[in-house]
This record gives sequence, structure tokens and C-alpha cells, in this order.
Amino acid sequence: MAIFLDENSKIIVQGMTGAEGMKHTTRMLKGGSNIVGGVNPRKAGETVNVEGKDLPVFGTVAEAMAATGANVSVIFVPPAFAKSALIEAIDAEIPLAVAITEGIPVHDSAEAWQYNLNHGSKTRLIGPNCPGIISPGKSNAGITPWDIAGFGPIGLVSKSGTLTYQMMFELRDIGISTAIGIGGDPVIGTTHIDALAAFEADPETKAIVLIGEIGGDSEEKAAAYIAANVTKPVVAYVAGFTAPEGKTMGHAGAIVSGSAGTAQAKKEAFEAAGVKVGKTPSETAKLMREVYAAL
Amino acid sequence: MDLFEYQARDLFEAYGVPVLQGLIADTPDEAEAAAAKIGGVVVVKAQVQVGGRGKAGGVKVAKTVAEARAHAENILGLDIKGHIVKRVMIAQGASIASEFYFSILLDRSNRTFLALCSVEGGMEIEQLAVERPEALAKVAVDAIEGIDLNKALAIAKAGGFNDELAAKVAPVFVSLWSVFKKEDATLVEVNPLVLDESGKILALDGKVTYDDNAEFRHTEREHVSIAKVDPLEAKAKALDLNYVKLDGSVGVIGNGAGLVMSTLDVVAYAGEKHGGVKPANFLDIGGGASAEVMANGLDVILGDEQVKSVFVNVFGGITACDAVANGIVGALNSLGDSASKPLVVRLDGNNVVEGRRILAEYNHPLVTVVETMDEAADKAAELANR
Repeated sequence: MAIFLDENSKIIVQGMTGAEGMKHTTRMLKGGSNIVGGVNPRKAGETVNVEGKDLPVFGTVAEAMAATGANVSVIFVPPAFAKSALIEAIDAEIPLAVAITEGIPVHDSAEAWQYNLNHGSKTRLIGPNCPGIISPGKSNAGITPWDIAGFGPIGLVSKSGTLTYQMMFELRDIGISTAIGIGGDPVIGTTHIDALAAFEADPETKAIVLIGEIGGDSEEKAAAYIAANVTKPVVAYVAGFTAPEGKTMGHAGAIVSGSAGTAQAKKEAFEAAGVKVGKTPSETAKLMREVYAAL
Repeated sequence: MDLFEYQARDLFEAYGVPVLQGLIADTPDEAEAAAAKIGGVVVVKAQVQVGGRGKAGGVKVAKTVAEARAHAENILGLDIKGHIVKRVMIAQGASIASEFYFSILLDRSNRTFLALCSVEGGMEIEQLAVERPEALAKVAVDAIEGIDLNKALAIAKAGGFNDELAAKVAPVFVSLWSVFKKEDATLVEVNPLVLDESGKILALDGKVTYDDNAEFRHTEREHVSIAKVDPLEAKAKALDLNYVKLDGSVGVIGNGAGLVMSTLDVVAYAGEKHGGVKPANFLDIGGGASAEVMANGLDVILGDEQVKSVFVNVFGGITACDAVANGIVGALNSLGDSASKPLVVRLDGNNVVEGRRILAEYNHPLVTVVETMDEAADKAAELANR
């Protein structure tokens, strides 16, 4: 087990033949992911050799799924075309679509989300603007370096890519069941709560690290969800205590507006829900170590 | 990007939202000419992107051209919560019968859009939302379907408008949705929306925020900004760097927005033990950063006179630590003897061994390589406090 992604995942890459797509297809293959093909309507019918593997290029996600049995798509399509790519994945009803692309207009993300709802939410969307999802030793759909940490009992969900890597690194001696970067955009598919629910249900995950950052109320909602629904221990970290109001801190969603979205408010919400909050990534890892040792 | 009121007014006009005449003026002479052109009673309004300008004396009614000039003289140059007024709008006076509120915004927690509407205008909307939440309708807007006339009528009724008034405001709501949608806005707000004594609906003041991610669809936009731009932020933007100037003395460079935000926090905690030093900036060189990007980033940070030490914090995911190390070496070489600020470097992840080897071999007296993020923050704070 693991969540959302495992050794049975067959991955296609939308935008595989572009520079980013090719670079990360290579990396995913090196890390052992089962990549079965790519999608690019302008190169349909061609074959690309990556890491010694011949990967067919299909015109659409539906064709790729029919030919390969793919059940995961990783999207590297540039922002201007990302909405179409998402809608194509949703139309094909692929179970999991992971949008790595950074810089998608929020109207496009909101429309894609609505489109998925209108189609019965048959596709789980992760991202956009995220590092993707990795179940170490099983599969990696995205850009997370595959060799930071091995398989283990800690589930990790984070808005930030590099903080995901940092935390996997800190906890590499214990190991990770699945690490999901949900992305730093204002509109995202999979949320902290979705990941918490899946980790709670996953027998291989024994404890959970949640990483949040300023902006929005995803962390506050997650705190309430944990208090009501999560029995496994959760340790949290929130980035952005020193961020000033009204300045976007890199992620389109990372902005403190008025009293909303501050790191302090999020920390307090977690603590009120009985979740320990680390002051720094290393302190958070230390808290998790203590929690894990006591299990 | 946030628009100024006059830019929102012009945008509304282009989309058929009813507005009054408004002309901009950067000098008392221009204000006088604008008031004469509009004629009658005008309002002189400070163009600043901060709330509370009325209370700060930034909005004045003028019955004559001479009065408009006098008001402009007083308002131009005024400091409103740190924003210096560089421009005023001379707006045609309105005879207001009633004031309403309407806005459309992104509702990130529900991953859709939201219309806020109230027949009770004339007060701060945050205050209304707290004191009389039942008077402020919050209606979810489907991102695909948007706001058509029927939806607009439903929103107006939810906001407490009677049938007659709802029929008047609904077409305006539809036009405002067009602004929101076609301009890729994340906020379109009209406060107040008014009914004047002749029975016309007018948008008297507006706020519009554009989604920066959608700029590629709006290449026609002119980027005239009179907002205060920090020169270092401008330089960073020209170099395509994600930089925010803060007011401390420890320069920070890292890769990935989350890690850099976290680095700022860790530096601030470490600073508590070293004279209260704080981070000087946010700078994310992004995933897959090259040596050149690293060098550009250092160039911007070392140009900040407030910076006393620099903390380079990189976890190499896609970014390779050897590229980061080469960027540091390149930047220090090009600075030569003018380099005077100490650098604390923490590298981990992709190609870390090679990255650390490059820095060890370079052996520059200003560079300290530290193993962990917390220790590095402590060292950088200590150096900034010397």
C-alpha cells in the first residue's frame, strides 16, 4: 500500500516531448517509475527512446490509456495549454492526473476543477504547481528526486516542493510511505484533508507530517479535520511567520491578507487540535521522531 | 497586480459598466484643468492602493475649479499609511440616493468564485460582514457558467434588493462578471455601487486585481504603475527573479518558495540570539536554477546596503548543488575585491558532494559552508550582528 500511487501505477506523460517533460520522464524512469508512453497530438505515432525504453507518443490521453492501460498522467504542458491538457485527462477519466506546471491562470484551474466536478470527479487531480507524488520504492509521478528517502511508515503532505524534499531528507532514516506535494496555487485539486483521509486509511502509514504555508485556510480546515477524524499521530510545520502582509511569497497562493492566512493562526489551529507544530523543519522532524519512537 | 481606482474606472467604462467622468491629474494645474473640463461639483480623490484614504484627508469635494486646485495641492504628496500620493483623480460629483455593495472574487477554499452582494452599502464591507453577516449575501459562482442575467437577479435578490432595483443592478453585475472573466481578475469590487437621484445605477469606486499568472493572455496591457517600487525589486524583476525586499540585515537566497519562506523564519529565530537581526529579503531562485541565476541573485542581494551577511540555503532537488556552487564562485570572481559581505552556504541534495568540493577548493575567505539549515542560520545571524 501507499496512497494514490503504487507499484501498479502505469504512467503517461502529457507534454513528454518538451524539454521539461523529457528531462523528468528520464528522471522518473531512472527512479523506477513505470512510464508507458507520452501524449502530444503533434507527434502522435512517433516513438521516443528514453533511458533505453521505447515510449510511444499518442495523440490523446484516451488513446494512450486504451493502448497501454495507463492509470496516471503527469502533466508538464506549458501554462497556456494546461487547461486543455487537464480537460483531456478528465474526459478520458484517468484515475489520477498530476499537474506539475507552474503559472497556470487561476481561472483555468477553477474551470478545470469545475469541469471535473461536472464529470462526476472520476479523476483525482494533484496540483497544479506542485512536485507531484512519490511512493518511495514503488512509483514516482512528478519531479521529486527519487533517492532522497526510502520506503517507510511516514506519510507526508505539503504545499511546498522543496520543503517536501527537505522533510523527506530529515526523515530518511525512518522512511516515507507516500509524499504528496499538493501545490502552492490558490486553486488546487487534492487538499491537505484528502491526503490526511487517505493516510488515515492506509495501513502502511503509521504517522503523518503535514507541511503548510501562509495563505488560504487549508491548514485551519485540516486541523479541524484531524481533531474529528484522524487517529494516527500528526506533526505539522507552517512556513511564513516572517512574511509581511500583502506581499506574495513566491507561490501565487502564499499571501497574507489582513488577518487571514497568517502562519500564527494556522499554528494555533493545529495546536488547538492537539497537533504538535515544529518551529523549524528540523524541529518538526525531531517531533516526528519522538512521536514515532512512542508508537 | 492591483489596479488603481482610475484604472478600474476606465476598465469598467470599456465594459459598459456605468461610471461617472474621471480624469487623472499629477499636478494642481492638471487638476484645475480636469475640474474645468468636467464642470460642476467634482471630487478630488487620492490614487493610492491602501484603505482609509477618506479618513486620511485623501478625498475632498470641490464646488469650484479653484477649490479643486486647492484640494489637489493638499492631497498630492500626502502620506497615507506610507503611500505617497502621486496622482489624483478628478471625478464628477454624484447625487447619491442609496449605496450598495457588490464584488466577485476567488473563493480558494471552495475552488470556485464567489459574488458578495448587499443592498446595504456605505460602510466598510469587513465591518458589515462582522456586524450584520445576514445582510451580506455570499453566492457561489460556477467557474464555467459565470454570471448571466438570471444568476445576476438571484444574486441581487439574495443581497436584499427589491424586484425593481434588482432589475436595474443585474445587467451591471453581468458586465462586472465580463470584466472579471475576460480580464483574468481575482477580484472585482464596486464599493459603493449607487443609485443616484435620477434613478441611474453607477459604480462610484472600484478595485480590480489581476491574476499575474494570466499576463501572457493580456500582452496588450500597458504596465504604467505609479505605485512605489523598490529599486532592488525592480532590478530583480528585470532579471526574472522572485524577490521581495524586507527590512532586516541577513540576505537570503534559496530554491523553492516554501523553503525560502521557511529560511526567513529560521533566520528570524536565530536572530533572537544575535541582537534581533532579521532577514533582509525573500529570494527564490526556483527549481533547476543555473549558475547564472545564482550569480544574478547574489548580485541583487549584495546590492542591498542593509545586508550584512548572506545565507544561501539550497536543497538540490532539480537544482544541482554544483551549479549553485559554481554560481557563487562566478559571482565572487566578478565582484573581485569589492566583495565584502560574508556568505554562509548550506547545500544538501542533488550533487551535494561535488557542490561542497567546489566551494572547499575555492576556499574564499568570505564563504563559510555549514552542514545544517539551523546552524547556517545561526552563523549568518551572528555574522550580521558583528
